[in-house]
Amino acid sequence: MRNPFHLVIHALLIAGSVFMLVPFLWMVTTAFKNEDEILKTGQRIVILPDAWRPSFLNGPEDEERIRKEAEHRQAWADLQSGKELPAGARKPSKPFETFDNFREVWDKQDFYRYFLNTLFVSITITVSSLFLASLAAYAFSFFKFPWKDAIFMGLLGTMMLPQQALLIPNYIILSKLNWINTYAALIIPMIASVYSVFFLRQFFLQLPKDLFEAATIDGCTRFQFYWKVVLPLSKPPMVTLGIFTFLGSWNSFVWPLIVTNDKELRVIQVGLSYFNSEAGTQWGPLMAASCLTIFPLVVLYFLAQKQFVESQATTGMKE
Amino acid sequence: MVHGKKIDFGAYGYLLPVVFIILCFQVIPIFYSLAISFYEWDLMSDPNWVGAENFRRLADDPMFYKSLVNTLYYAIFSVPLSILSALCVAMLLNNPIAGMGIYRTIYFLPVITSLNAVSIVWNFIYHPEYGLLNKVLAIFHIAPRLWLQDPLCIMPFLAGLAGVGWPDWLPAGPSMAMLSIIVMSVWKGLGYNVIIFLAGLQNIPKHLYEAATIDGASRWQQFRHITWPLLSPTTFFVFTMSCIGSFQVFSQIYMMTPRGGPMKSTMVIVFYLYQKAFVKFEFGYALAIAFVLFVMVFAMTLFNKLYLEKKVHYS
Repeated sequence: MRNPFHLVIHALLIAGSVFMLVPFLWMVTTAFKNEDEILKTGQRIVILPDAWRPSFLNGPEDEERIRKEAEHRQAWADLQSGKELPAGARKPSKPFETFDNFREVWDKQDFYRYFLNTLFVSITITVSSLFLASLAAYAFSFFKFPWKDAIFMGLLGTMMLPQQALLIPNYIILSKLNWINTYAALIIPMIASVYSVFFLRQFFLQLPKDLFEAATIDGCTRFQFYWKVVLPLSKPPMVTLGIFTFLGSWNSFVWPLIVTNDKELRVIQVGLSYFNSEAGTQWGPLMAASCLTIFPLVVLYFLAQKQFVESQATTGMKE
Repeated sequence: MVHGKKIDFGAYGYLLPVVFIILCFQVIPIFYSLAISFYEWDLMSDPNWVGAENFRRLADDPMFYKSLVNTLYYAIFSVPLSILSALCVAMLLNNPIAGMGIYRTIYFLPVITSLNAVSIVWNFIYHPEYGLLNKVLAIFHIAPRLWLQDPLCIMPFLAGLAGVGWPDWLPAGPSMAMLSIIVMSVWKGLGYNVIIFLAGLQNIPKHLYEAATIDGASRWQQFRHITWPLLSPTTFFVFTMSCIGSFQVFSQIYMMTPRGGPMKSTMVIVFYLYQKAFVKFEFGYALAIAFVLFVMVFAMTLFNKLYLEKKVHYS
């Protein structure tokens, strides 16, 4: 430590980090606890699930718990192997397994379905919106045509429209089209992003123009130039935008909540909100569901951290 | 940049998909919604023309005023809290320290997660019996609270701590339930603002600080006369964005207090709008609320732009 001042900085930053991380830690460890552990009242704060705690941390009351747990498991094993229950004994319940909370939400609460729906919807939105936005940006940066600036300004202007006011007429329009409860309702309105057009146009304008002229002279069509030259050159902005779009659609909640009520079409954020209102005190499964919802994003975040931070910082997304 | 002399009418083909979808789902609906706000309509029966009646009803709706006040409380508490905490973290991170990347990863983590998932996690943290918060407070011998179900407002609470009463006619401030949601929201958005502030801080030329140090300026003086003025464009940006965001808060309210909180103390405008539209199916009335909200956000942004931006120091 070169500078004693840095010690103070580290101390403050670590305190802040604890505040940032504890909710996640609490979420993950609770997802692996059984109901008895979670609903234990009293003063003691138990972070790790009982089964994970190293034995040297156990107190006298833990020995009692471990003994009871072993008896329970034995009784369950006896029952499974067809042994008679001792007279007057209660039928043992199935002992808790590590992944039981996850199994509960994934299978019984149909989160596998929500997960796959969300994956499908998010990937479709990301790919189509990148494609459509890059087409439009290509036209705006390489072509000459009447009303070009007017159309561009008009598109930019729509970014200022109040989104809350749009929810209601869009809902009415979709219900007149009989699109409520379809994948189209989840996907089609989301695949035209003015922001992406603007963002890509800024990048395309920086591409060398001689390239375009040379390619045209060589007999390259407009679309070939877009497909074979422009797209391969714009990988970095496309990745940043792609992450931004994917994250936005994975986390999007209000629109899917409004346009779908069929369980088959539910996306994960909506599934989570229904489960939240139905689950009551089933905190273990609730935390497991939250883990599942966050998990893909965290994996992506660690794979492409730089682009993640860039996509947020440059695009100014706020929920 | 335009090339060649020929006009490319093919360009319209490239623009068509985006322009068509934007027309269908942004431009036409906004005019449509202006029209609907003059009707009474539940989608089942035929729309019924009521003129400005929706707006007149809104002016006499006590729940609308309550949601307005609650939204203001949310903004007044969450915006300064987010800016202050993000600025502190960014100033700490703007030092040549080891482990910078790790800290940035940690502080940014909540930003990428879904608001719904972390709302559920915080519901559990705030749980009166099994939650982490009350258990931690118990270590310091602080009595447990109900948090998300606690209607007690902050001003009477603070007055109570000081041993005095709080008169009824003074605004009581946000409830404990609202404050709990505010703390969670600040936690969620902190990393985003930190990144923005950090970018702003790194744009301030280092030689200014060197010169100030030579002149014997204290750390506070350096902050007051160099950092704060030169950072003001960034602060202005964060302030404006946070204000707009806080007027539109919805998901965490819906997830953490699904019925609008104790004594409706977390009922904010967008939540009220959602209930009117998609629970009670009063679409015309809900749109009237949406337009009042839009006018408020627009006026606030305009005020920021015209009045506050004068105080911003652009180099």
